[in-house]
Amino acid sequence: MPEMTYRDALRAGLREEMLRDDRVFIMGEDVGLNWGGAFKVTKGLAEEFGEARVRDTPISENTIAGAAVGAAITGLIPVAEIMFGDLIALAMDQVCNQAAKMRYMFGGQTSVPLVLRSVFGGGKNIASHHSQSLEAWFMHTPGLKIAVPAFAYDVKGLIKTAIRDPDPVMFFEHKLVYDRKEEVPDEDYTIPFGQAKVRREGSDVTVWGTFFMLHKALEVADELEKEGISVEVIDPRTLAPLDTRTLIESVKKTGRLVLVTEETKTGATTAEVAASIQEEAFDWLDAPIKRVNAPDTPVPFSPPLEDYFIPDNKRIAQAIRDIM
Amino acid sequence: MLLVKTRLLIDIMTVDKKMLKELYTRTLKVRRFEEKVWDLFGENIVPGTLHLYLGQEAVAAGVTTALKETDWIQSTHRGHGHVIAKGADMNAALAELLGKASGSCKGKGGSMHITQFDVGVLGATGVVASGLPIAVGAALSCQMRGTDDVVACFFGDGASNNGTFGESLNMSAIWKLPLIWVVENNLYAMGTPIKMMCPSVTIAQRADGYCIPNVVVDGNNALAVYEATVEAVKRAREGGGPTLIECQTYRMKGHSRFDAAKYRPEKEANYWLSEERDAVRIIRELAIQQGALTEKEAGRIDAKISKDVEKAAVFAKRSEYPKPEEALDDVFMEVL
Repeated sequence: MPEMTYRDALRAGLREEMLRDDRVFIMGEDVGLNWGGAFKVTKGLAEEFGEARVRDTPISENTIAGAAVGAAITGLIPVAEIMFGDLIALAMDQVCNQAAKMRYMFGGQTSVPLVLRSVFGGGKNIASHHSQSLEAWFMHTPGLKIAVPAFAYDVKGLIKTAIRDPDPVMFFEHKLVYDRKEEVPDEDYTIPFGQAKVRREGSDVTVWGTFFMLHKALEVADELEKEGISVEVIDPRTLAPLDTRTLIESVKKTGRLVLVTEETKTGATTAEVAASIQEEAFDWLDAPIKRVNAPDTPVPFSPPLEDYFIPDNKRIAQAIRDIM
Repeated sequence: MLLVKTRLLIDIMTVDKKMLKELYTRTLKVRRFEEKVWDLFGENIVPGTLHLYLGQEAVAAGVTTALKETDWIQSTHRGHGHVIAKGADMNAALAELLGKASGSCKGKGGSMHITQFDVGVLGATGVVASGLPIAVGAALSCQMRGTDDVVACFFGDGASNNGTFGESLNMSAIWKLPLIWVVENNLYAMGTPIKMMCPSVTIAQRADGYCIPNVVVDGNNALAVYEATVEAVKRAREGGGPTLIECQTYRMKGHSRFDAAKYRPEKEANYWLSEERDAVRIIRELAIQQGALTEKEAGRIDAKISKDVEKAAVFAKRSEYPKPEEALDDVFMEVL
């Protein structure tokens, strides 16, 4: 099986879906010939499929998202890219009031089969408008599905599922995982939404997290193994639908849960997961659920400030030790 | 008191008599439908709020008569007239307004989301100016799928001050999309006069900045709206890109349910609400003058429409409310 970066695996998934289905097209700022996407995800696709199907747009986020809605309800399958997750703020009406609600408020008359790709996360010293992790905004909006792939194998399978899904899918990536390599099959495969993956088995404590924090949690798990603490790491892969069953099974085994994301703490996805688990698995918990998040501030610029803001291995390890 | 003098664009003699009759029928149908909605509102059986289309009927009638069945329209919060003119089932439309399970949206949408997808309505939206980007996408889809379908997007004077107006007009122009932007300038955004909120004399002239051909028409004259739309549709189908049509018109009622529109100057209101400016009267007289319609025929059409509307009201009233737990249905295609 060939090794491939997350970026290349994502591009392969997009390309295969465009070859499979003529209705699929890509639109967004600088996704086409001259640039190939700010993170080079769509590089080469405009050359292969033409500028109509890999379509550069003006800097008009709300209309990019709205045009995706209009195209989706009239027979196409748009994959719209918003260059940075922070900029979805400009498209919130189309995402949350239109795409998410159309099927419901029109009584099931139409589906909205669109995919909106964007990228979250810090670690690149690009400050408050290009570094946030805002996935909770969308988890709080009924009608959206949310994929959060952190691994190359998953990103290919999940983008295919997203494109074939009849409902609107927010497809979130992370800046620091694009270059991570993994074995990725050349053939067609999909990964069902709502199925978490146990990334590492353990018996003493469960760590649930997303994006780059998952990779950190896996490193921490290796470190703590040496101290005799056995850590199980769970990757939700999608936030909506959210697989709580896999997490509850794990908590039944370990009795302890640490939730780790790069989001600011208040109202984060971790808050929702913590609430769900205490509702459904309280009797199996031997310790309070612990959250590891960024502080409730904007994302700072200067390297020492940003390093302090983003949770690191030390903080994750400490949270685990605290409840052992 | 129109903001600018408008004229009929083509010789009235060249207009097909059938079209004149159709324009009268659609204008009247919207009028009678909305009058019934107003009655039902008086009976206190319409939940929530209402934005009536009364007074603006000629816009919906004129635009939709120039479209074919497979063309799309994008509606607004004041959408009853658009949907009815495009050919929506009146039973399902009235039932929706009453929140019944037999409504076109199964009682999930109501007045502000009144939609019938199968007759080519992309949706009615409660967020002012949010329909424009959706119309861009639908028109892009018509173009990319190689159809000759076009999209007519209705929006108000107020919406032309929202950011989506600029974004969407620009995108439609650079991609030469088959789009007809229809501004229904009823002179007020809720209670705010457009002249306070727009520096130019017309809204149409804003389209010049996007190199979009534009025209101002009398929005109470269905024939004038129709003619402008025919030209715009022709341009759109031939790949010539979008057109903006500003239809100057006036609400017969206030903005919404309990608004008596006291903020409108008496002289202005008297002019617009006069018999002379009445959308139904204007198109009926034009049609009769041109021999497209006799008084008797006009009466017969009215009687038929009124009967259908009455039947729809009975249907809507007799229909059941949805079961409470149906509130959980239709969030996603499949239940997760």
